Amino acid sequence: MTPHLLIRSLDRGASLFLIVIAAIAILVPVLNLSVSASSVFHVPTYLVALFGKYACYALLALSIDLIWGFAGILSLGHGAFFALGGYAMGMYLMRQIGTRGVYADPILPDFMVFLNWKELPWYWYGFQHFPYAALMVVLVPGALAFVFGWFAFRSRVTGVYLSIITQALTYALMLGFFRNNFGFGGNNGLTDFKDILGFNVQAETTRNALFSISCAAIMLAFLICRALITSKFGKVLIAIRDAEARARFLGYRVESYKVLVFTLSACMAGVAGALYVPQVGIINPSEFAPGNSIEAVIWVAVGGRGTLTGAVIGAVLVNYAKTFFTSGMLAPYWLFMLGALFVAVTLLLPRGIVGTARHWNALRRDRASAAAEDGVREPLPAE
Amino acid sequence: MSLREGSVSPSRSTFGRAFCDMRFSRACLVALLLALSVALSCATAYAESLQDALVHFTADDFSETIIGIKEIAASGSPRAEAIIRALQDGQLTYSAANKVVYIKTDAGKLLDAASGQPIAGDPPADLDTVRLNNRLRGAIEAALGGLTLLAADPNVRFDAAQAVFKSRQASALPTLETAIAKEQDPRVKRALIEARAAIILLSDKASDEDKLAAVEVMRQRGDQDALGLLSSLPANTSAPVMQAAATAIAAIKNHLAVWEAVQNAWYGISLGSVLLLAAIGLAITFGVMGVINMAHGEMVMLGAYTTFVVQEVIRAHNPALFDYSLAIAIPLAFLVSGCVGILIERGIIRFLYGRPLETLLATWGLSLILQQAVRTGFGPNNRDVGNPSWMSGAFDLGGITITYNRLWIICFALAVFIALLALLRYTRFGLEMRAVTQNRPMAASMGIRTSTVDALTFGLGSGIAGMAGVALSQIDNVSPNLGQGYIIDSFMVVVFGGVGNLWGTLVGSFVLGIANKFLEPYAGAVLGKIAILVLIILFIQKRPRGMFALKGRAVEA
Repeated sequence: MTPHLLIRSLDRGASLFLIVIAAIAILVPVLNLSVSASSVFHVPTYLVALFGKYACYALLALSIDLIWGFAGILSLGHGAFFALGGYAMGMYLMRQIGTRGVYADPILPDFMVFLNWKELPWYWYGFQHFPYAALMVVLVPGALAFVFGWFAFRSRVTGVYLSIITQALTYALMLGFFRNNFGFGGNNGLTDFKDILGFNVQAETTRNALFSISCAAIMLAFLICRALITSKFGKVLIAIRDAEARARFLGYRVESYKVLVFTLSACMAGVAGALYVPQVGIINPSEFAPGNSIEAVIWVAVGGRGTLTGAVIGAVLVNYAKTFFTSGMLAPYWLFMLGALFVAVTLLLPRGIVGTARHWNALRRDRASAAAEDGVREPLPAE
Repeated sequence: MSLREGSVSPSRSTFGRAFCDMRFSRACLVALLLALSVALSCATAYAESLQDALVHFTADDFSETIIGIKEIAASGSPRAEAIIRALQDGQLTYSAANKVVYIKTDAGKLLDAASGQPIAGDPPADLDTVRLNNRLRGAIEAALGGLTLLAADPNVRFDAAQAVFKSRQASALPTLETAIAKEQDPRVKRALIEARAAIILLSDKASDEDKLAAVEVMRQRGDQDALGLLSSLPANTSAPVMQAAATAIAAIKNHLAVWEAVQNAWYGISLGSVLLLAAIGLAITFGVMGVINMAHGEMVMLGAYTTFVVQEVIRAHNPALFDYSLAIAIPLAFLVSGCVGILIERGIIRFLYGRPLETLLATWGLSLILQQAVRTGFGPNNRDVGNPSWMSGAFDLGGITITYNRLWIICFALAVFIALLALLRYTRFGLEMRAVTQNRPMAASMGIRTSTVDALTFGLGSGIAGMAGVALSQIDNVSPNLGQGYIIDSFMVVVFGGVGNLWGTLVGSFVLGIANKFLEPYAGAVLGKIAILVLIILFIQKRPRGMFALKGRAVEA
């Protein structure tokens, strides 16, 4: 059943996308590790780390596209789930430092010694074991999303109300994590990591492995999303997106569908955060900033809402532009450009890049097949 | 020169003081003394005791000196303070042979201590400084404190009474009694009685009746100091007094708890007024047009920067106008933010009607652009916006302190609210706005230009945000990030209060403000905020559309 579902869910574009991602996942490490540094094909290690970061952002974008593109839930707080996953991974990495920290305390992370704490807080227990930490990466954002979604969707908080509430959620979490007595390193967050599963996080091979794993995570998440949206469940989601009241009157439990997809999306965002932390080497409360979450939404908007591939492309494009502009002389103008991007995409390119391409394709095919038969077009995302 | 003759001049009457400035001959002084001796018998009495007291200083003995200090303090003579100050500064000298005390001025001249007149002729040969030790210095402090208790200026007396209350110097008791007996000003009298009560409570000589009375005085004072005093009674205090003190402590604690609640409520109202100012414009744009304006916070920021610019111009050209800077800034900020708002509506938002999520993203982009523009223009740092004189300072009301800027902001917020209500209720524009809110197609059919109403409404909402910026510039840092701190709270207010109803915004902002301030002492500022968020989420379980929800078709729109 499952393989059948997976194969059925893959059209030509989706297969092509998976192949491209797989190729990148293999090619980049090969070009980094086995091509000599003098060669033009050599990929420097810093680029591997950068691409790894993009891959994590792409996964986050994918999770947002799943709920925004297919269920019409605009979450302005997905950065919170991303950061929570990141913190779970960061806690594991902190416990791995052991006696190599500045204060050489075998159990307490440096910041706790610095704050004169005597004991490990209970919520840090177990994070020295990778399987437990990996479970928490998925479980913590998932549980928060479930509880939050259960409350929000049950009381039919929709549209902009939901967006505002999710933004307040991430804002409140940011304020909380900034505090030292929360036990997550306060302002500085968690950093100075040494090992992951016994491998040095700074080593070239580890970086390449993390990059490949991130790409694999994108592929897996993409497959899950495709399987989900091509199933009956996905059809109901789209129905909810396009006419929520009607779907409810037809007898579907709208809130259950929404809670489920919201929780799944939060888990994906958590995994993205967990992969992000070892690659950038730090996690701090600014990841919770509401601005980050909205930025992630604009990646999806640029690529094309409700297209999945578009989310990944948009995330990579916008972040590449960000890297390019903020590192050069144009740095002071980056925020102008980002702001203009928000305005321009919503005004001029509401379908996003992939969405517009598909739209043109569909138009062309329509014209080709003339009026003889009605082309079955993918319905446009409505509000 | 005889001291008795000199002592005429320091009488308390202005008459005597006028004469003291003149240099009368010795004979003349004697004659005057005789003539005025009846009228000035009081002054003479002072003079005699002063004279007797001064003699103690010539013994060159610390114990004698202390007696001297006390007697001088008790003499009530107007010269007393000058003499004791001179002693404190080490300027008091004496001649053991003549039994006369002098004040040596900074210029090296010798004054007669009792009269304050320069001495005639050569100084005596055996001049010696009156020596001091720490015990004496303590006595001097107490004596000076006691002396100012009798000063002519009621404010000086009040301060002195407060000082005695704090120091609890037992030696000031006799002076206090004198002062209480003479005092006319009720405020000072009260302070004096409280000071006496403090001394009595800590002394072991006072009778139980006195102490019980003192406990009662403290209970009536009822502040933190009284509480501290009552809970630090000496161990040998008798049981009934201890019991009375315990009752009084409980009463004071109750009293303080009430005032703390009042204080919290005041802070809450203050925060609520700020939230009201920030949210009211949002409520208009959101309520009437269904537009989420994420750049609303930046409109507030623009208003604050307008204030900054106005003040800079005033500082540079006409500093005298500084007190009017806010009055000038308010309409300007309204215009600046309002015009920017209309530009945004005409340029962007009107193309996005019916797509609220896209509007949200576009206006967020705008907020980034506006912030960065201000950062480029004015720099990323906080800008200094001053308080006009009528907005600085504070006054005490019962047990709480009220600052003028907070008070004015509350007044301003309410004034804006009322003005807006009046605008909606009584003007043609308000009527059209309400029509469009209730039923857009029907309003259009009736000939209302809905797009004009939209633009003006957006301008109005933004303009009010600009005025909020003027108010916020008085209590917050003016930086490019100013607006961001308020945007989420404002949205909470609107979501909580309900869309499309200004009363909802009013109630919502004050409820949230007060709830926030009452939670803060228990949970801390951050957890308080989180708790509020959770409460709002729980609240919208019950009322998904806020407290004052619109009913009917508007709900699904």
